[in-house]
Amino acid sequence: MLKRTLLATAALGLGLAFAGAASAQDALKACWVYVGPIGDGGWTFQHDQGRLDVIKAFGDKVDASTYQENVPEGADAERVLTQMALGGCKIIFTTSFGYMDPTNAVAAKFPDVKFEHATGYKRDSANVSTYNARFYEGRAVTGTIAGRMTKSNKIGYIGSFPIPEVIQGINASFIHAKKVNPNVTMSVVWAYTWFDPAKEADAAKALIEQGVDVILQHTDSTAPLAEAAKTPGVIGFGQASDMAEYKPSPRVSAIIDNWGPYYVERVGALLDGTYEQKDTWAGIGGGEVKIGDITEAVPAEVKAEAEALAASIGDGSYHPFTGPLNKQDGSAWLAEGEKADDGTLAGMNFYVEGIEGDIPQ
Amino acid sequence: MFRLEKRPTPSRFWTGATPVVAVILTMLAGGLMFGVLGKNPFEVIRTIFWDPLFGEFAWYLRGQLLVKAGPLILIAVGLSLGFRAGIWNIGAEGQYIMGAIFGASVGLAVFPTENRLIYPVMIAAGAFGGWVWAMIPAILKTRFNTNEILVSLMLVYVAQSILAMAALGFLRNPEGAGFPGSRNFNSYPAASNPELIAGTGMHWGVVAAFITVIAAYVLLQKHLLGFQIKLSGQAPRAARFHGVNPTALVVLCMGISGALAGLAGLFEVTGPAGQISIDFNTGYGFTAIIVAFLGRLNPLGILLAGLLMALTYIGGEMASTNLGLPSAAIQAFQGMLLFFLLAVDVLSNYRVRMSMKGTA
Amino acid sequence: MFGAINPAVLIASLMVASVPIMLAALGELVVEKSGVLNLGVEGMMIIGAICGFITAVTTGSPLLGFAGGAAGGAALALIFAVLTQSLLANQVATGLALTLFGLGLSSLMGQGYNGIKPPLTAAVPFGPLRDIPGLGRILFSHDWVVYFSILIIAATWYVLKYTRTGLIIRAVGENHDAAHALGYKVNRIRLACILFGGAMAGMGGAYISLIRVPQWTDGITAGAGWIALAIVVFASWKPWRVLIGAYLFGGITVLQLNLQAAGSSIPVEYLSMSPYLITILVLVIMSSGKGRTLNAPAALGQNFHATR
Repeated sequence: MLKRTLLATAALGLGLAFAGAASAQDALKACWVYVGPIGDGGWTFQHDQGRLDVIKAFGDKVDASTYQENVPEGADAERVLTQMALGGCKIIFTTSFGYMDPTNAVAAKFPDVKFEHATGYKRDSANVSTYNARFYEGRAVTGTIAGRMTKSNKIGYIGSFPIPEVIQGINASFIHAKKVNPNVTMSVVWAYTWFDPAKEADAAKALIEQGVDVILQHTDSTAPLAEAAKTPGVIGFGQASDMAEYKPSPRVSAIIDNWGPYYVERVGALLDGTYEQKDTWAGIGGGEVKIGDITEAVPAEVKAEAEALAASIGDGSYHPFTGPLNKQDGSAWLAEGEKADDGTLAGMNFYVEGIEGDIPQ
Repeated sequence: MFRLEKRPTPSRFWTGATPVVAVILTMLAGGLMFGVLGKNPFEVIRTIFWDPLFGEFAWYLRGQLLVKAGPLILIAVGLSLGFRAGIWNIGAEGQYIMGAIFGASVGLAVFPTENRLIYPVMIAAGAFGGWVWAMIPAILKTRFNTNEILVSLMLVYVAQSILAMAALGFLRNPEGAGFPGSRNFNSYPAASNPELIAGTGMHWGVVAAFITVIAAYVLLQKHLLGFQIKLSGQAPRAARFHGVNPTALVVLCMGISGALAGLAGLFEVTGPAGQISIDFNTGYGFTAIIVAFLGRLNPLGILLAGLLMALTYIGGEMASTNLGLPSAAIQAFQGMLLFFLLAVDVLSNYRVRMSMKGTA
Repeated sequence: MFGAINPAVLIASLMVASVPIMLAALGELVVEKSGVLNLGVEGMMIIGAICGFITAVTTGSPLLGFAGGAAGGAALALIFAVLTQSLLANQVATGLALTLFGLGLSSLMGQGYNGIKPPLTAAVPFGPLRDIPGLGRILFSHDWVVYFSILIIAATWYVLKYTRTGLIIRAVGENHDAAHALGYKVNRIRLACILFGGAMAGMGGAYISLIRVPQWTDGITAGAGWIALAIVVFASWKPWRVLIGAYLFGGITVLQLNLQAAGSSIPVEYLSMSPYLITILVLVIMSSGKGRTLNAPAALGQNFHATR
């Protein structure tokens, strides 16, 4: 094994030697790596909106014109990142969980370039920061609206993959729907895809046929809303982007990923020299999660209640996971008044009490 | 009207010249498209075809070319044997996934033991995984006469489901805080597949690809089996008279292509990709089919076709990052290149003649 | 175990879910009957999806949208036809290249069409028939394309089986040399079949972007074209079996989501791979009958070049 280790060290040394080769330019070059096409109307689209915010905020001082769409996770990501670093990017945002290891691997070779990885937890070298959004805060708000609005007392949830972020959203929605409507039950359908409009539409349809009249989704297309629009009385929420074209109903509100403020802050910090490595997990308070306009399809008092909840989460006076809460099997999780710690949330792999069904393993 | 007249033997001149003609035609048509999209066509074309090979960062990108071409060549050579014999394995993508899962499972099962034998065993497991996955359509075909195109294709989707289960369940990194994805092999030296010579992109998978090309060349030129494969594709009945056992041939060809695809998956997961994740597969198994045909099902041709394909990926990516072209334009450009390569191939097998009357 | 699923509702929704793959598979069936293997169905479908979407949004007419989708699919199929019929390129490789090209081109064409709602297609007004319990929901609650897709299956079956045109198509697909000797223009007949296949795939794609999902997003067909290809083989090149195959596949897909929604206890990961496994299983059962062959056209995938 000695030989391999030696080779690996040599590779690293070579990378370091060439790290300085990147040509200096007048404008600070900020670059983005996207997992999908900008035209996905959801996840990647919102990251690109954040990039446009950077252009708006800094004008000539920052060159934010460089991005790459449809980058597969793994070896291709590593190559694209290396090319960007070689090409003079000073700060690179990698916007998908799967870029975690490639980001850290490339970052180790380019200590002068800042890397910002979305939704991951590894910060192996000093130039890697991570950022994520507390989407579950938004889920608490939409869960409240869902609990108030359902007439059949059945709400449905379209999940993508059983990963902590999605499970947080399911739990947060259910807890808050239940809080305002003790009779509510929730059906979860796992689509096993982030993006497959036809399948998402079928999932929504299956839920509606089971009597569900509020659909929450954690997949990226607007197909579930389009399906909901076919049945009067069924409502849903925009996911990732505002999905305003389905206003005022079925889209009664939305959870919007709003990366602009974070991107502007980080690029700004790099410009004025105050940049530091950090792990950011901001939510409604930090502006990363926005609640889309609540439409007139929602009664005024429900709207007021939802907005009040959002405000209390935003100013930190309320945490969506506050005890008493039990796990699905009835065992105690959080005592009265106790708040969930970020570690447990980040690795959440259990349902709270009252949700039926099992998380696929 | 033009009419085509079949050459008695393929033209040597045109066999060599057609790829060049195709690339030039693609540059013209693609340049037109880039122009319509408001970019400087010359700059885009130079970025795609020239910069990865001779540009500022070529020292890095030439190696990456091998990393990208390695799995394509490895899979395509295996597929080409079956295609020559008229056996249609369209599901290499699934075999690639299963090879990665089998190999990774072995490696992760003994984590963190350090032993020289671990990686060879993983290689065997990877080949076995791909082989098993290819044996399903092979046996269904020989035993039940079930169409192998359909079964191998369906099994790609099944393999993808198993991949998701692996990434979320049985291979999930126990220290990964509940996130999907396995441990990273790059931090487990006994089971990893690093660059053998720094900066060259050479890893065991690329080495295996080169060895496979040579082995396949020898097999097809010198070995009886190679003759049987070629004969079965051209004249199945005659092959039977020559004592070729069709059942054995199906099992063999599917097995070889499956094992090679499995190997490609194993080398990829332990090397460039580094880990099992939900989206581990990126379509090498499907692209390899195109590579196999671009290379005229000939091992040396496949080698060149794989490198050309890799060039358009990497160069296209550069054009997209540096010049702001949508990645969709690159996809369309690749499609055009393939169209032209396939279209001009006619010149090596046929003569173009002027004639007074049209033909069917 | 199965929870509460209403069979009438399930059947009604599987009929809708199956339309895109059914149309595309039927088109491909005719193509393959004439002896041509076009693996570019996914590409033609997605071009149909965007062309149909653009046409419908610009003209405001969903009907014209479907015509636009068919035209788009046929236009892409024309590239395939020129390459394989005139220039004698390899069909498998050309088909795969067609998919690659179609995916890229559709995404380019679709820029600026994200987040727009297309004009809606209403259900055919059957009046009181719709309210018949069970049957009404299954038979009389759909948009016109659902009925059209069944009609076109019937028409294709009739044409292939009972007409001279069908006979010629089959002859060309079984033995192009003999057909040529009889004086048929093999490549022209194949060209027509390829265009028909493209138009059907394009309509199938347009159904996704105009009715099933009503919107445009990149990659909207998400692999439906591959399923359509599988269904042709599954159907052993018989039109009515395309209907069965599409309904079966669509049905299992819809059923697994319904099972989840109804709180079934079957693990999701097995449900999600079930459509593929069941398709394989059914295929094995069908093909393992006593020495029956699969009925594949004899000249499938072989190019024809007239030597005289």
